[in-house]
Amino acid sequence: MQDPVGFLYNWLIGILTRWGLAAAVAHVLITLLGILILVICAMVLDIFLVWIERKVVARFQDRLGPNRIGPWGIFQPFADIIKLLIKEDITPAGADVIVFNLAPILSLASVLLLWAVLPIAGVIYGVDLNVALLYIVAAGAIGTLSIIMAGWASNNKFALVGAYRMVANMISYEIPMVLILLIPAILTGSMSMLTISRAQSQYWFVLVVPLATLVFLISAIAELGRSPFDLNEGESEIVSGFHIEYSGMKFGLFYAGELLHAFTFGAFISIMFFGGYNGPGVTQMPILGIFYFVLKAMIGYWVIMWVKYTVPRIRIDHMLYFNWKFLVPFSLAILIMTALTHKLLSGYSTPVYILGMLCANLILGWITIEILRARARKQRQSVDPAAQVIAEQVHH
Amino acid sequence: MTALQIIFLLSAAVILVSAVMVVTTRNMVHAALWLIAALFGVAVIFAVLEAGFLAVVQVVVYIGAIAIMFIFAVMLTSREMRDRGPQMNNRTWLAGIVGVLIFGSLVYLLSTWDGFNGQPSVIGNVDTLKQLGNVLLLPSAYLLPFEVASILLLAALVGAVYVASNRK
Amino acid sequence: MQSWLYILLFMIVAVFVPFAAILTARILGPRKPNPIKQSTYECGMETVGESWVQFKAQYYVFALIFLVFDVETVFLFPWAISLNALPLFAVVEGVIFILILVSGLVFTWRKGLLEWN
Repeated sequence: MQDPVGFLYNWLIGILTRWGLAAAVAHVLITLLGILILVICAMVLDIFLVWIERKVVARFQDRLGPNRIGPWGIFQPFADIIKLLIKEDITPAGADVIVFNLAPILSLASVLLLWAVLPIAGVIYGVDLNVALLYIVAAGAIGTLSIIMAGWASNNKFALVGAYRMVANMISYEIPMVLILLIPAILTGSMSMLTISRAQSQYWFVLVVPLATLVFLISAIAELGRSPFDLNEGESEIVSGFHIEYSGMKFGLFYAGELLHAFTFGAFISIMFFGGYNGPGVTQMPILGIFYFVLKAMIGYWVIMWVKYTVPRIRIDHMLYFNWKFLVPFSLAILIMTALTHKLLSGYSTPVYILGMLCANLILGWITIEILRARARKQRQSVDPAAQVIAEQVHH
Repeated sequence: MTALQIIFLLSAAVILVSAVMVVTTRNMVHAALWLIAALFGVAVIFAVLEAGFLAVVQVVVYIGAIAIMFIFAVMLTSREMRDRGPQMNNRTWLAGIVGVLIFGSLVYLLSTWDGFNGQPSVIGNVDTLKQLGNVLLLPSAYLLPFEVASILLLAALVGAVYVASNRK
Repeated sequence: MQSWLYILLFMIVAVFVPFAAILTARILGPRKPNPIKQSTYECGMETVGESWVQFKAQYYVFALIFLVFDVETVFLFPWAISLNALPLFAVVEGVIFILILVSGLVFTWRKGLLEWN
């Protein structure tokens, strides 16, 4: 089956026009059906992700996780959904009702919008937008907006402070993320996700820009608001951040949105740097692309979870220093280096190209590590004399 | 009525209503949110005009940065977020007459312009993004304004630093 | 144009699905509001004073710096996609653009505006 989507489309159009509908209306209806199927698949995947998340966190913490409901607890998320649906809908006193209800809707909508441009296989994708990379950033901006709306509309000090910190975090880490999004655009000359996936049929971009992959992983984790950047959920600090006053299905939408967002970013990392739906056998049977796509996205999601459950939370000022004093200059340096070496090496054969870019990355990485070590050495020397003085005073 | 016209009319209605609500609503954060709705309508019109890049840039820069800055500024400066005074003063009728005059003269000017006849030619085969890149980077095109734009951004940054460090 | 119509339809569906979820929850759930349930949550204590906190001015400074760099990256997108077709000079032009803004970042750093508190 070379083109399943086109095949289904022609078949459905044939049926609908035989029933007497105008071609344009039939087209809109079939498109709507396609969108519904995509969104429902994303939501079902989301439900599955809740189970994966709970099992994985349990194993990381040396316990079992849900295992009562269904084999391996696989029906646990369904029980969770039923519980959330039948909970009472409490709006706190003094809250702004419309904005309060709009925030979780926009939060989940901004994540679902990302699925319109993901190429799940070579022939299965929502739409091949020619500005897909910026579209992703735009959908993220709507997500950021929904957080401020949630924090402000709750009429709660903790929610507001949590929302400020979360938004300051997200907008700061958006800069390295967008700068690294420029790298696949440089390497392929296009902003379309499908073109970027197709261009990796020979070799994956991670071989050519490994530093950029690392920086994108870090800034993606920060954008998602996951640990170690999750000061939003710092229970010991500010009680629960901006979703204190949300209970029931609204909280469920925030939580589900966060998990789906994490999975979607795993999918992005795999599309931009690890080949997306490419894999052995995809040119003969394009449907196989779905399997590779889901596998790579799951691995990306697993890495994000691994980082979350291993590393402790970072303080807000350390987070912002790390971004503005290290990540932004570093990603600008990566951008300049990649643009120059790509342009200089693009005429040569592929192995020379890959080796050249890899060497440039290694040189830049080594220079960065040397700069960081020099800074750390200077800091240690400036702190030590003070420590010595204190130690002397204690002894006397 | 083509789909294009319906979408244009809907987004124009959204922009107009949101713009009126921005200036008449009493709650400042609501005003910022209505502004976001108006900016979103403008992004939809950009997309309808086949300027997809500008549509996403509108959302990313205006809604994702400037509107958030507005909201931060509102929360930073106003203790009292509701505007309690009367919405009209005793010169409102004069402002209304001036507004109607300006609107009438704009309508008259545009009615004598013949650019509205017929559909605009759809940019079919030209890759607008590549054209944009060429236009910005070729020395024969707008290279100098491109570099001057970065100096303009630097000036904005220096101004922001100056204003912010005076605070401390 | 077709792609943007698709995105518009997608937006409508993407807003409708969570809205339907909330509506379902509102229909299925009990509705017994009482003032204790609706009071603001503060770890089980009563709220003192109005819920407004002193907004740290540093948030606004970070938003300003973010805005300038956001506009810069938006300018860099057309540059990035035309690199393959244009000569090396185009790359150098973009690098000059980036370096001017790096000097802005260094200036901001030295003026101490990137410090929290």
